[in-house]
Amino acid sequence: MLNAYDILETIRMIQDECLDIRTITMGISLLDCIDSDIDVACEKVYEKITRCAKDLVSVANDISKEFGIPIINKRISVTPIAIVSAACKCSPVPFAHAMDRAAKAVGVDLIGGYSALVQKGFSAGDIELINSIPEALKTTDKVCSSVNVGSTKTGINLDACKIMGKIIKQCAEETVDSACFGAAKLVVFCNAVEDNPFMAGAFHGVGEPDVMINVGVSGPGVVRSALAKYPDADITEISDIIKKTSYKITRIGQLVGVTASERLGVPFGIVDLSLAPTPAVGDSVAHILEEIGLERCGTHGTTATLALLNDAVKKGGVMACSRIGGLSGAFIPVSEDAGMIDAAKSGCLTIEKLEAMTAVCSVGLDMIVVPGDTEPDTISAIIADEAAIGMVNTKTTAVRIIPAIGKDVGEELDWGGLFGCGPVMPLKKESSSKFINRGGQIPAPLHSLKN
Amino acid sequence: MRAVITVIGHDAVGILAKVSTRCSEYNANVIEVTQSVLQDMFAMIMLVDISKINKPFAELADNMAELGDSLGLKIHTMHESVFNCMHHI
Repeated sequence: MLNAYDILETIRMIQDECLDIRTITMGISLLDCIDSDIDVACEKVYEKITRCAKDLVSVANDISKEFGIPIINKRISVTPIAIVSAACKCSPVPFAHAMDRAAKAVGVDLIGGYSALVQKGFSAGDIELINSIPEALKTTDKVCSSVNVGSTKTGINLDACKIMGKIIKQCAEETVDSACFGAAKLVVFCNAVEDNPFMAGAFHGVGEPDVMINVGVSGPGVVRSALAKYPDADITEISDIIKKTSYKITRIGQLVGVTASERLGVPFGIVDLSLAPTPAVGDSVAHILEEIGLERCGTHGTTATLALLNDAVKKGGVMACSRIGGLSGAFIPVSEDAGMIDAAKSGCLTIEKLEAMTAVCSVGLDMIVVPGDTEPDTISAIIADEAAIGMVNTKTTAVRIIPAIGKDVGEELDWGGLFGCGPVMPLKKESSSKFINRGGQIPAPLHSLKN
Repeated sequence: MRAVITVIGHDAVGILAKVSTRCSEYNANVIEVTQSVLQDMFAMIMLVDISKINKPFAELADNMAELGDSLGLKIHTMHESVFNCMHHI
């Protein structure tokens, strides 16, 4: 039987501590939409997305009402478009428009999958897609794009890193009017996962079923409040508290995912065990680290506390759900986290510290605003650094940085909503051009040879 | 199917009556009620059977929240499964 304390705890988590389901993401395979005529292919894409996802938003809203749990985003991920568009042998931008129209027709917040997987080289359609990303992101509202440039198994495609430096810069330049927002919808991965429900990096891998439902949970505020009740606990107890809290958060994700999958008649994929912050008060991962005992996120000890947090979140969540996947861990998007924004503004949190943090947490350099005059080769070198961390540590890493065109350190970009605002963070001025322009493939590390 | 209705706020005359009247309008059968008043803060947890309700559950939840607003109270109506999944292994 339920006791009053448990009931009130759940209500407090939702009411005061920002517990929510961050996203229900429907993955849709577009492999059966391939056609050498791009107009026919785009029509098939539109038809399939609108058919499969027609009830996604209404079902999510009903579940949200019935369970009393906010479901913040409803999203769609599709097969990497470079694969779908390869047979067309032309610019794949019409696919982005078809995705955008379909996303608006079914009412989802974002649609991901304008993507290419080029970790070992470029196949048909890849270069066309990558070159079309700036135009695709400029001329659509809901479409998100990602490119996988490396993996532990294959090494890092340095040619792709080089191109992506230019593309990111171009995305920012093309969308100056909307605070360079184009670059915020593009992420460069190493070890990209195929069932990620989070944007901008979600795509539906070719090994996935035709249609499936993945869920991403959130709840940094709940973890922080739980820790605040034990100001003198030692660090092992802190880990235990995080595990217990993570279990409870993830159970809600499992319940919502299973229910959505039943009602939509679509198989349930995974729960992404995540602590995803928002700029809202009390929903910050940085504040959890500060609650553990740092004066400000970014100071010495940040990497250790983040490693503990990330590990405890996974251990708590693992038992709470039937299948785990996606990125699973603590996210550290600077502009989307009130504590990170403050730490970056104060100068305590630097890009070097963020890079170290990405070695022990869920993703990578995320939502970081850099000076507008940053050279594309410097962005490429940042991508290569981050991909190296992912490759060697057998984990997913990503780069989503936004060159603030016309702005420099001391200024900021503000998008509002879930994307928040970010101060321009300083980068090294010394050039990495010679390294980047060598091109080629950084070989896979020794430990990739496991067979 | 059961739901949990929680009512939190300042104590006043007739809270239980108003909430249970609203339940009866929806044909939701009250199974169990626990309530406490600490100083002047009122907290009530009501377990109701919603298997025979005459309108969609979401409407009942909205209606209860509105009733709460009109009385200056916070009323949450949630499926029992939320609490079961979170607090039971």
